[in-house]
Amino acid sequence: MDDLLTDFLTETCEALDVLDSEIVELEQRPGDPALLGSIFRVMHTIKGTCGFLGLPRLEAVAHAAEDVLGRVRAGELEVSGEVISHVLAALDRIKELVSALGASGSEPEGSDDDVIAVLRRMADGNATPVAPKEAAEPAKQGTLYERAGSASGIDTACELACNGFLAKSPEAAALAPDMLKLQFALAKGFEVALQQVPGIDIADVMTCLTDNGWNDDDVSLLAGELAEAFRSLGVDQDDVASLTSLLRRGGKPVEAEAVQSVAAPVSRPASEAAKPSAPSTAEKPEAGQAAQTQTLRVNIDVLEDLMTLVSELVLTRNQLLQIMRGQGDTPFATPLQRLNQVTTELQESVMMTRMQPIGNAWGKLPRLVRDLSQELGKKIELVMTGADTELDRQILDSIRDPLTHMVRNSADHGIEAVADRLARGKPEHGTIELSARHEGGHIVVVVADDGRGLPTAKIREKVIANGLATEAQLDGMSEQQIQQFIFRPGFSTAAAVTSVSGRGVGMDVVRNNIEKIGGIIEFQSTEGVGSRFIIKIPLTLAIVSALIVECSGERFALPQNSVVELVRISRNAQKGLENINGRPVYRLRDRLLPLVSLREILGLPEEETDRSSAQTGADGTYVVVSQVGAFVFGIIVDKVFDTEEIVVKPVSRSMRHISCFSGTTILGDGRVIMILDPNGLASAVSAAPHAEAAAQAGRVERGAHGGEAVSMLVFEAKSGGPKAVPLSLVARLEEADLATAEKAGSRTVLQYRGGLMPLIDLDGNAPELSGKHPILVFVDGSRMLGLVVDRVIDIVETALDLQLAGGSRPGILGSAIISGAATDIIDTVHYLRLCDADWFEVETEKPFGAEGERSVLLVEDSAFFRNLLIPMLTIAGYSVTVAEHGEAAMTLCKEGAQFDIIVSDIEMPGLSGFDLVRELRADSRLKEVPIVALSSHANPQDIERGMEAGFTDYVTKLDPKALLGALSRTSASNLAKEVAA
Amino acid sequence: MTSAAQTTARHSASFTEDYVTMTIGGQTFGIPVLNVRDVLGPQAITRVPLAPAEIAGSLNLRGRIVTAINMRRRLDLPADGFAERAMAVVVEHDDEPFSLLVDEVGEVLSLPSAQREPVPATLDPRWRDVSQGIYRLEDKLLLVLSVGNVLGAIGTEATH
Repeated sequence: MDDLLTDFLTETCEALDVLDSEIVELEQRPGDPALLGSIFRVMHTIKGTCGFLGLPRLEAVAHAAEDVLGRVRAGELEVSGEVISHVLAALDRIKELVSALGASGSEPEGSDDDVIAVLRRMADGNATPVAPKEAAEPAKQGTLYERAGSASGIDTACELACNGFLAKSPEAAALAPDMLKLQFALAKGFEVALQQVPGIDIADVMTCLTDNGWNDDDVSLLAGELAEAFRSLGVDQDDVASLTSLLRRGGKPVEAEAVQSVAAPVSRPASEAAKPSAPSTAEKPEAGQAAQTQTLRVNIDVLEDLMTLVSELVLTRNQLLQIMRGQGDTPFATPLQRLNQVTTELQESVMMTRMQPIGNAWGKLPRLVRDLSQELGKKIELVMTGADTELDRQILDSIRDPLTHMVRNSADHGIEAVADRLARGKPEHGTIELSARHEGGHIVVVVADDGRGLPTAKIREKVIANGLATEAQLDGMSEQQIQQFIFRPGFSTAAAVTSVSGRGVGMDVVRNNIEKIGGIIEFQSTEGVGSRFIIKIPLTLAIVSALIVECSGERFALPQNSVVELVRISRNAQKGLENINGRPVYRLRDRLLPLVSLREILGLPEEETDRSSAQTGADGTYVVVSQVGAFVFGIIVDKVFDTEEIVVKPVSRSMRHISCFSGTTILGDGRVIMILDPNGLASAVSAAPHAEAAAQAGRVERGAHGGEAVSMLVFEAKSGGPKAVPLSLVARLEEADLATAEKAGSRTVLQYRGGLMPLIDLDGNAPELSGKHPILVFVDGSRMLGLVVDRVIDIVETALDLQLAGGSRPGILGSAIISGAATDIIDTVHYLRLCDADWFEVETEKPFGAEGERSVLLVEDSAFFRNLLIPMLTIAGYSVTVAEHGEAAMTLCKEGAQFDIIVSDIEMPGLSGFDLVRELRADSRLKEVPIVALSSHANPQDIERGMEAGFTDYVTKLDPKALLGALSRTSASNLAKEVAA
Repeated sequence: MTSAAQTTARHSASFTEDYVTMTIGGQTFGIPVLNVRDVLGPQAITRVPLAPAEIAGSLNLRGRIVTAINMRRRLDLPADGFAERAMAVVVEHDDEPFSLLVDEVGEVLSLPSAQREPVPATLDPRWRDVSQGIYRLEDKLLLVLSVGNVLGAIGTEATH
């Protein structure tokens, strides 16, 4: 394919993209002359170039479309949906032809009569054919450029003039070969002069001719021919005079002045009075064109090479700086500093060349939305903001498809049909909003619609039908969590497969694409109100900031944007770092952090570090807390170095299957290191990080029903399958040789941390004094209890659903399914009481002694917590009544049931704890009853909110001691009040 | 014999091909000289955890990251401590640079294409797969290595 054709294809493809959205825009603003002019110009250029390159099919289609547009511009044809559709159809045909041309290098065989016939009919249609002269008349109001026929008219005039000149000039034979060039130069010259864009104007062109040895006769012959040509095209006498005046140097600056000086002697029609205002209207497109000529088309490969070279330069610079740091004063210091600075600037500049406005990825969307709204019979408006937000083109390429997919989704099953919208009291037009903005080194793209939102009920059905989750599991999830299922593979909620959606490409692909470039996608939806996708993507992938870590003497880079924090764990005080059957976890503040050892994941040798850390002792290890999506985990490494700007290079194809690495790079000291992929590492922590992330999110946003995510410690003890206990009740895990335990009376005790810890086995007996066993340590102030078990299996985060009440078996609360196995949940309180009968009773003595049994109403939706709390409260001497939700509690109270204390969960389906307490307080009889809030998370704001709502006290769940303390406190103070009264 | 085949035969008889020779575990191998980008002495190689055994690691060749292939491993030969002292022959495969770690790099030989013989069928399959032919030199045999076959299988094997 020759260069000319290649250039044509590139230019045309770009022009077509612009045309698409401009034509759609035209439909909304039919009267905009600038827009119409721009569309007409593009179509004209395509037609002209095709004619020049000998592409008859393209030329014919473009010509027909141009005719229609010309009539629209002349005000003879109204911009209707029909016109737009047919022009778009022509555009599609042109695109087809261009892509075929790009593939084969020549126009494909075939006929475009269908498209052309429709356009012709439209162009000739309602109005009678108008002579050029008549057409020019109403255009009188425009600029001289427009009156001269704009680009097309001027082109034609120049062509005619050149032909006329060749026919008459005696030197025609010699000049003929250059005539085509001259024709273009003339047309361009007129445009430059009339539109005042930078370039060589027509007077310069004429001067050039003289410089090139043209004699005056030829020059004036050409000028005469030009005037004649314009006249023959229907340009009126005044304007022809203005145009010819431009040919002379003095004719500049154009328009107003030229018109005045030259056209003054000629009698002017009154309509020309409007002229002085004309230049101002012409200003806008000029500014745009001036900007265009400042750009240069560069092959993308050149830019890529440039980027690679700059990357190398950055690396070499880093290397030099590293060497410099080791030297004292050298004469190289100053120039090196300069080099450093220049390199940084160069790097930034080159990065800039790769930056493209995100609008480039949106270009096709207005057309898409228009077509969809026609096809689906909906009215949809696409609002785009922040289209000029720039980001790396590599990233741009990878978000193009996901964005298109999301917009298509919104149009197809987000926005409702017009009738539905009106029925719901929404405006007829649905709106899809697309916005982009910078936010702290990231780009945030939002795709939102005001459609029907995501019908959670439908998702539920589908989830169950596809076996992605059971009904019971879904019951334990919040609406938001259930909505996240749309990101699961093979999930589609479209009820019917339409031509638009339901092609089997789902949101999982979108999520994968976004995550592949280190982005995050979130989804929010409110049924009936709309839905919203929020995408967060990095600015660039080529150069990233990375934390350098070391493990077993080998270094790795970890992208900084996934690092949340660093935790140093010294060897001699490994507080918080615990090992559960070889799987490490870390208690970071109030959360349990799953850990991965980089050494284990990468299969690195152990010996070297062990020796070195044994020598240094206090050196310890580091935990790099990382986040992938909503999933937070820790990576154990030996050492952490500083952060470095690294140039990301792809991993060799032969190693691409290793999911732990996302790339490779060269450090400042010249060594090659691998870049770790947090995504890959995360999947090593848990086979399904997203499921876990959902579970984590579930802890914050409580589930709709009872099963909330709890960390359970699963272990084996005695016979009868696995047992489990809430991890938060376990203070520590120890392993002890029971031979070192001692008998004290009927008990077995172990010297532990300067005290004596009673040991007990699962049957409640004193264990035998032999063998090494793991011990679950329960601590309460100075009191301790060690529960001897056989083997710790795992820590599992699970939505707990107690299936069987323990009943007959002491020490068992019930059973639940954990990791697919029926597991007994042990009743901690039972063992605590066994070992120390008065464990829970010391502080409960007062209410007990004062007025017999006190009654407690426990409002708790979770079966697990009910089963945990009821025995505990009973043991502590309360008579417990249970309400499974807020409404039941209200009913009980309304019916006149009397309670001394009410204990209520905060997050419950339906009536929440806050609502409940407000309603209860509103009842005069219940004003004084102490109400204790029970919540799985208690930060100061929560507590304050609770107190405001009317709670007497606020305790966290899973802290039985605190609850009993609170109960005892509140009932005591209440008692005091009663006595005083 | 058809005329086309005759032309080919005549054609190849008049042709010689240049090979960079190298030894791996005592055996002489050759790679067409046009495939070879560079010959390097022992290099600092970064080991890549979890990579297939044949991959010795990555090395920095003037700013390009080159994947080093332990040719002894590739050919099932003993390879303890080999990577540290090996010579490297840099080749390109699928637009990606690879460095083949070999015992020693020798001279460049011009050998007539016509003398190239097919690889004996009895050769170990692991060797046969990577060889394109064999030359009988005066004192030894030279196996022609197919760069594509040496490198092509590495990533795919590991993915199984």
